[in-house]
Amino acid sequence: MSDQAYLELWDLTKSYPSSEGEAVIVKDVGFKFRKGEFVTVIGHSGCGKSTILMMVAGLSTVTSGGIVLAGKELRGPGPDRAVVFQSPSLLPWMTAFQNVMLGVDQVFYTAEPHERRLIAEYYLTLVGLGESMHKLPSELSQGMRQRVGIARAFALSPKMLLLDEPFGMLDSLTRYELQEVLISLWRREKITAMMVTHDVDEALFLSDRIICMTDGPAAGIGEVMEVDFPRPRFRKEVMEHPDYYKLREQLIEFLEVRAHQCPGTAPTVRAAKIPYSSAHEPAATAT
Amino acid sequence: MILLEVKGVSKGFGPKAKRTEVLEDITLEVEQGEFVAIIGYSGAGKTTLMSLLAGLIKPDSGSIKLNGRMMEGPGPDRGIVFQNYSLLPWLTVYENIALAVDQVFPQWTPDQRRDHIEKHIAMVNLTPARNKIPRELSGGMRQRVSVARALSLKPDILLLDEPLSALDALTRANLQDEINRICQEEKKTVILITNDPDEAILLADRVIPLTAGPRATLGPSIPVTISRPRSRTLINESYDFKQTRNEVIEYLLMATDKRKVAMSKKLVLPDLLPEDLNEPRSMLGAKRRPRRRSEQKRETVEVAV
Repeated sequence: MSDQAYLELWDLTKSYPSSEGEAVIVKDVGFKFRKGEFVTVIGHSGCGKSTILMMVAGLSTVTSGGIVLAGKELRGPGPDRAVVFQSPSLLPWMTAFQNVMLGVDQVFYTAEPHERRLIAEYYLTLVGLGESMHKLPSELSQGMRQRVGIARAFALSPKMLLLDEPFGMLDSLTRYELQEVLISLWRREKITAMMVTHDVDEALFLSDRIICMTDGPAAGIGEVMEVDFPRPRFRKEVMEHPDYYKLREQLIEFLEVRAHQCPGTAPTVRAAKIPYSSAHEPAATAT
Repeated sequence: MILLEVKGVSKGFGPKAKRTEVLEDITLEVEQGEFVAIIGYSGAGKTTLMSLLAGLIKPDSGSIKLNGRMMEGPGPDRGIVFQNYSLLPWLTVYENIALAVDQVFPQWTPDQRRDHIEKHIAMVNLTPARNKIPRELSGGMRQRVSVARALSLKPDILLLDEPLSALDALTRANLQDEINRICQEEKKTVILITNDPDEAILLADRVIPLTAGPRATLGPSIPVTISRPRSRTLINESYDFKQTRNEVIEYLLMATDKRKVAMSKKLVLPDLLPEDLNEPRSMLGAKRRPRRRSEQKRETVEVAV
């Protein structure tokens, strides 16, 4: 069972038409996620890693190739894939509890109202908001808002958890706290997860496998790294593991050197000229 | 020689009934020429500590001595760089710095003052932008102006209050290198407040964690023994770096563990499975029943052997 692909990306390509032909963002990305696996996609900003995640989420269309989740090809977004965005994206006029209930009411519409409330309360308490779940987003700190985002995703009992730089906006210490919150919830539920980040430590602490993306345009998978620190993981033990800094150096070296010069990713289509500055991606750093 | 001496300083805010004690019993000694980084969580009281050192607020108890003299209010002997730059938006780079220099060195000739200002603009590599106003500068450039302004006062001590937190990773790395270079050249005494362990270790001689507030206090100082000049890429491979980094992070994580309270609360997760929203919600007027994990029937399949 564990060897079977739960989520399969199959020759996934994304391109936009432009005045100079097709601008290829990601090209021929193929990857198989095992069930219950935590996979991180790491790469420079603008390399298209978020684009892949958005295609899996169904929020961005697929140009060619396909995505199969649990034996079904994906079309469009759905509550079976919960997304945690970089900004918490909460509705400002609703309390944390109401924000979580919004999705829960949809996905569990057959259940009794009090059961649905129990679901929201359960997850909000687990992320540490037991005392402040009836506050508005404006009354919560940035870290607490992101906790609501995590609770909202888990409350839907999704098949896939998609995390788009979930802690990118937080300071490093709050980030550590939230990584713990995320991993303890994930350990309970064993949801297959895909996370996009450019934080090397975050990737090493959380993932089973790390996909290293080469630079765009026409970005692809440069390398896949297995991270087999024993679980459950504790930061102290992970950081003192003899392989930790070895893997960390490998990742940093990949990002600093090899990401720019991986063979097979030479842009086959004239694409480099237009900066893909559209809403989908931050402006690429030309290299 | 001890330049700055902080002894048993406490500070709280609010009226008596609902008073929050932010800092408690802060004791710190900084040697001449030393680079000290204080690292702590957001909300721990880092900025309160900085305001105390700057003399912008007074401690409730305890004393702060600079150069052996009790500190009374703010003064040009301490150069401060704030997180939000704090430049006057209608003045150019040159004028912003001149504002400070003209105040502090009125005895100098205008030529002397001009040379002094130009020197400091050049030090942060902003000579081409000397006549621009802050709006026309990027965040990193604005912070450079702020650094130049603080240094132009020839302060005894430089106070950096999360100077790089508002910048993106790349600009941050550039400015870290620049601050590193300038502080080494000028042999300044510096206190840096930050929330980034890597930044603290890269720059400082000594890292001091600030425990989580309220009633935050300074932890034991962790010396950084990595030799200078330190290079961002080489530092990764250094054994000392790994050791120090682990030590700092461990202490900070321990500080939050202490804050955690074991809470026992009855939590119930109803036994429910999510619905497929693509399927119709009712069949011939009959409402769907919730799907429960415990009610899922096990299928028995007979297989011919």
